[in-house]
Amino acid sequence: MKARIHITLKNGVLDPQGKAIHHSLEGLGFDGVNDVRQGKFIEIELTDGDKVAAEAKVAEMCEQLLANTVIEDFSVEIDG
Amino acid sequence: MTAAVIVFPGSNCDRDVAVSLEAALGHAPIMAWHGDSTLPDVDLIVVPGGFSYGDYLRSGAMAANSPIMREVIARANGGTPVLGICNGFQVLTECGLLPGVLMRNASLKFVCRDVDLRVERADTVFTSQYTKDQVIRIPVAHHDGNYFTDPETHKALEDNGQVAFRYCAADGSITDDANPNGSLANIAGILNTAGNVLGMMPHPERLADPLLGGLDGAPMFSALAEAIAA
Repeated sequence: MKARIHITLKNGVLDPQGKAIHHSLEGLGFDGVNDVRQGKFIEIELTDGDKVAAEAKVAEMCEQLLANTVIEDFSVEIDG
Repeated sequence: MTAAVIVFPGSNCDRDVAVSLEAALGHAPIMAWHGDSTLPDVDLIVVPGGFSYGDYLRSGAMAANSPIMREVIARANGGTPVLGICNGFQVLTECGLLPGVLMRNASLKFVCRDVDLRVERADTVFTSQYTKDQVIRIPVAHHDGNYFTDPETHKALEDNGQVAFRYCAADGSITDDANPNGSLANIAGILNTAGNVLGMMPHPERLADPLLGGLDGAPMFSALAEAIAA
C-alpha cells in the first residue's frame, strides 16, 4: 500500500517561493490567481498491513523527519 | 583541551574551522565522521558549515538524524560547549538542541558577503573576548538563513537573553536594511537556555586570519580555547 503525504507551510508562515511563483504566473498572463503556497508531496511504498496502524506510523515519520512542525503541517492518506 | 569537528557528507567548512581551532588551541581538532556513534572525550564540539546530505528534504534535517548527532546531543546536555556554524546551526535546530528553524532567505537568493553583527551577549564561553554591543564584521554565505520561530518562543528567547548576535548597520543599529535574509528580529545567532550551545549563520572561521582580510572571527576561537583550558 502507498502513503501519500502533503507537507505545507503553516498559516502565517511567509512563503517567498509561493510569492515568486504567483508573480511568474501573473507574468505569463494567468489572471484570477489570488494566492500561491508551495509545499512538498512525498509518496512512501509500505508493506501491506493494517491501514490505521500504517497511518499512525507515517504520522510518526512526519513528526521525526519528513516535516518540521515548527513551520510545517502535514496530512497523510493511505491507499491500499 | 581537545575539540572535535563533526564531518558530514557535504560539509565544506570543516577544514576551515579546524584551521581556526588549531591556531587557537595549538593543536589540531579531532575530525569525527557522521556515521560514528561514539566520540572521544572532548571539551568542545563544532558542527561546521556546508551542505550536509546535499540539503535534501530540509537543510540539516538528514544530518540531525545521523548516528554521531545522538552523541553530540548527549554531550551538549551534559554541558560540553557546542558551536554550530551556518549548516551547523541548521543541524542544531533540526535536532532540537536550539529552538526555531532556518527558512529560505526572504530574497530567495543565496547571500554571500560580509555583514555587521552586534554582539548581544559577551558573557558566554563563545563570546567572552568580545564586548556587549560591539559591532563585528563576519561573512555570511547561505540560502537558508532566515531565522523563524513562533511568537511565544521568540519572546522566551528575548526574555532569557538567548540572542547572541543580530545583523546590524555599521553603527550597531538594528535595521531592516542590515538584515541579509529576513530573519526574525535580525537574529543571526542564538544560545540554548544553559548557554553552552551556540548556533550562528555567519562564519567566524572565514575572518580569523590576516590572510583572509580580517580578524573579527578570531576572538571566538581564542575565547573557546581559553574557556576549555581553564
